[in-house]
Amino acid sequence: MFHYLLKRLASMVPLLFGITLVSFMVIHLAPGAPTGLQTDLNPRITAEARARLEAIYGLDKPLHTQYLIWLKRLMFLDFGNSFSTDGRAVMDKIVERVPVTVLINVLSMLLIILTAIPIGVISARYQNSLFDKFTTVFVFIGFAVPSFWLALLLMILFGVNLEWLPISGLKSLNYEYLPTFDMIVDRVKHLILPIFVSAFGGLAGLSRYTRSNMLEVIRQDYIMTARSKGLKERDVIFKHALRNALLPIVTILGLSVPGLIGGSVIFETIFAIPGMGQLFYKSVMARDYPVVMGILVIGAVLTLLGNLIADLSYALADPRIKVA
Amino acid sequence: MERKTPKYLFWRRFTKNGLAVCGSIIVILLFFVAAFAPSISPYDPGQINIKDMLQPPSRYHLLGTDQLGRDVLSRMIWGSRISLMVGFVAVGIATVIGAFLGALAGYYGKWIDTVIMRFVDIMLCFPAFFLILAVIAILEPTIWNVMVVIGLTSWMGVTRLVRAEFLSLRERDFVKAAQAIGSKDVRVIFLHILPNALSPIWVSATLGVAAAILTESALSFLGIGVQPPTPSWGNILTAGKDNIEIAWWLSLYPGLAILITVLGYNLLGEGIRDAIDPRLKT
Repeated sequence: MFHYLLKRLASMVPLLFGITLVSFMVIHLAPGAPTGLQTDLNPRITAEARARLEAIYGLDKPLHTQYLIWLKRLMFLDFGNSFSTDGRAVMDKIVERVPVTVLINVLSMLLIILTAIPIGVISARYQNSLFDKFTTVFVFIGFAVPSFWLALLLMILFGVNLEWLPISGLKSLNYEYLPTFDMIVDRVKHLILPIFVSAFGGLAGLSRYTRSNMLEVIRQDYIMTARSKGLKERDVIFKHALRNALLPIVTILGLSVPGLIGGSVIFETIFAIPGMGQLFYKSVMARDYPVVMGILVIGAVLTLLGNLIADLSYALADPRIKVA
Repeated sequence: MERKTPKYLFWRRFTKNGLAVCGSIIVILLFFVAAFAPSISPYDPGQINIKDMLQPPSRYHLLGTDQLGRDVLSRMIWGSRISLMVGFVAVGIATVIGAFLGALAGYYGKWIDTVIMRFVDIMLCFPAFFLILAVIAILEPTIWNVMVVIGLTSWMGVTRLVRAEFLSLRERDFVKAAQAIGSKDVRVIFLHILPNALSPIWVSATLGVAAAILTESALSFLGIGVQPPTPSWGNILTAGKDNIEIAWWLSLYPGLAILITVLGYNLLGEGIRDAIDPRLKT
């Protein structure tokens, strides 16, 4: 196992290098200087002032030098300073945003797992039943619903018309003055819609995947063996079939990490949640290159970690996989 | 019998599949709507009429009006052109790049394969939406940039598919025969192998149109896609969000149009897949 882990880690090194290179190129090969927002709008700016600005941000050096400098700092987790007026360290800006995004993504992942797997199991067990047909329709719609539109509709229904749930932010204006219990209720109310919206697409995907895996496993000989030796149907489904059907799902969950992180831009912008996605959107609009590059790298690294965890748990869970 | 050609079997399986037929009808209808937008839209989509602003759906404006008094139905009809164009151009770009790189990787193998597939792995690590957002915002958000960037960030799946097809096809006798009579690599790749690898490409392209339409609408919604006054389903929804407390029709209908379109392409794509190879049916 240890050997396998080392090998997997080693294979991540060239990928990490490639990630930094692509992040850097994407930002720097595009036309439009990052100082553009400060200089283009100012007709009186002199060439000298422009050069001074570029020198401050290190943009006067050749591209490969800029990349090497950036890479060297990256080794010490130093992403440089933000171009925005506060000029804070990129790492600090990102780190304070990560917990909210991770919290929402983990909770929506849990919601996906807890609902999609039972749905998939039941529709596979009762294939072609009314329930199965209903979920098939739900799955097709789930794949096609734009998440931001779903967010808008839910906001109109639960926020504007029924006034049950708040439609923006993470806490109410009077949050500080609430008793402890109400504080928790307030938090939960603010999180319900964002979590549901970010889970919706994945819900459809995973329930369909679980269903097709279960259908495949149920046809296997060992399921027939389990049935013929007189096991209860519940034990056959949950102990013998589900365990085997769940294995590939681990990989799917790992692969869904980039989608979830990418989706955070959309729902954090809609619900005004101060997470990594919102920071990314604002930085992109302000051409704050160091922050944009930093989030691109961190997003990709989170994806790599997601895949690594998925591979490791797969190797741990399935003895047939030779880890050596 | 003569009639049982693969093409005949494909059509029989496809037309028997109700969902696939539904999908094709949706897709064909959308083509008509887009093609005849000038004749079927009841109003000029850019016609500003401040005294009629934010009217709920009525006899005169079937789907209501927006914050500038423009007719929502007309804007949606014209918006279908944008969706269609983005879907096809983006997928075209992704398919050409993907098929080309996949063919190289699968046919030549060795270091070419390693380099290309490592690059695919790297690209797949990025949350696609992050990458698209960053590039478009830097390049200026025009519809052409949106299409090109969506295409440039979605070719990886096609590459994997085509590579896998090439890996198995290059060992087949007809390829060996073509090589033995001295055909050039270009000829073997494009005239002998690629035509045999087309069916999975069709499936992934059809599903890709749906994905590209979703991405474009999300970008336009965030204000980084198609820019007003050009109508697109995504930017009508932005107006819906700005007027969320008063004008539900601005939010409901354009999203419904996206949903139905994406559903149509997804059903069509899955229908093609099931008809090509019924064993893959899930």
